[in-house]
Amino acid sequence: MLQIRKGEKMSQNKNKIAQRIAREISDGDVVNLGIGIPTSVCDYIPENIEVTIHSENGLIGLDKEAEEGFEDKDIINASGKHATIKNTGSFFDTAMSFNIIRGGHLDMTVLGALQVDGKGNIANWMIPGKLVPGMGGAMDLTVGAKRVICAIIHQTKSGSSKIKEECNLPLTAEGEVDLIVTELAVMEVTEQGLLLKEIAEGTTVKEVVNKTEAELIISDDIKVF
Amino acid sequence: MDKVVSLDSIDKLFNDGMRIMIGGFLDCGTAETILEHINKLNLKDLTVIVNDAGYNNKSKGKFLANSNINKIITSHIGTNPDIGDKMNSGKLDVDLIPQGTLVEQIRCKGSGLGGVLTPTGIGTKAEEGMKKLKVDGKEYILATPIGADLAVIKAWKADRSGNLIYRYSARNFNPIMAMAADKVIVEVEEIVDNGDLDNNNIMTSNIFTDYIIQSEM
Repeated sequence: MLQIRKGEKMSQNKNKIAQRIAREISDGDVVNLGIGIPTSVCDYIPENIEVTIHSENGLIGLDKEAEEGFEDKDIINASGKHATIKNTGSFFDTAMSFNIIRGGHLDMTVLGALQVDGKGNIANWMIPGKLVPGMGGAMDLTVGAKRVICAIIHQTKSGSSKIKEECNLPLTAEGEVDLIVTELAVMEVTEQGLLLKEIAEGTTVKEVVNKTEAELIISDDIKVF
Repeated sequence: MDKVVSLDSIDKLFNDGMRIMIGGFLDCGTAETILEHINKLNLKDLTVIVNDAGYNNKSKGKFLANSNINKIITSHIGTNPDIGDKMNSGKLDVDLIPQGTLVEQIRCKGSGLGGVLTPTGIGTKAEEGMKKLKVDGKEYILATPIGADLAVIKAWKADRSGNLIYRYSARNFNPIMAMAADKVIVEVEEIVDNGDLDNNNIMTSNIFTDYIIQSEM
């Protein structure tokens, strides 16, 4: 018997996104991973690749979450979870942490979003009248990191595309996104528009185009991931 | 020089209508003993500068949800639904500022700077009400200083003169806020005699601290 449970497909999709984004990381990269799908990118980084993880609450060299019974109240990640640090890591104050971010010292940041568009705009911090959590460090990360990758489920639960022609929610940053990875596609923001580079196994270019509000430029060399 | 005082003796430092800065990132590096204590003072019309709104029903979050707080200047309130409810029902003003800008505004106050130019927030709601400047063709937001009457911070160790050492990621906003308020109260886990801290390791100089409270957490 094959039992499919509620939410299982969603978590498979999220893992697929994280797995694909992990391939964007090069040996020696310094990266910041946002909350949600981005956090699980770590789980898919090959062992022969050394990556340094920055956490905006004030550390570099972030390691795995702390095991139960080994939590230290003073070592947390940016989601507030008890974490650990590598023996080569270091701690600093918030000013230094954001100097690292804005100063161009991060090779990459991976962030979730509510919407993203073909111009590289990203919206991930508020839904007017409904949800106003605040931007935290997200605006600094999108502006400061050398490369911004957006990890996002392709459509909302009601089936509308989160890959917009133009974001209609308040922006986190203007024109800062470089790559969008969904469970269906990998799309690069280019000066000409959104370039569809890869599609997921089991889908078609036609399906991706149908499920995407933004106009897509189809690469001559579409790959499958 | 001995700045160690009892919890009750700091009551007189708090007044209605004052601006208070609170260190910490979520619960990490937050002066929980002091916040629990001042919650009982029923202060009115406070403006609080704090990174985030913490968790509801816990030290910082509970203090911020106190009905007498007038305004919160912060980067994130999403972890505390009580604060969102108060804001939505019109009982609380909230200024949301990108975290890296907020810390620079506090640093400016403590460093005698008129402001910093940041590219963060250009083209977003973060630029609303802010002056913008172009430098070499690139647009920046001018972030001006934010100070307070009082900073309530947390450190790991203090000597009696007020030199401080922070522990791991509990440092966050604490050393920056220590420089940006008229008076600074620090809650510490361990108080040692003057001379017992290695001078090489001191992170905040005693010139910035005014009162030391032993943590009860």
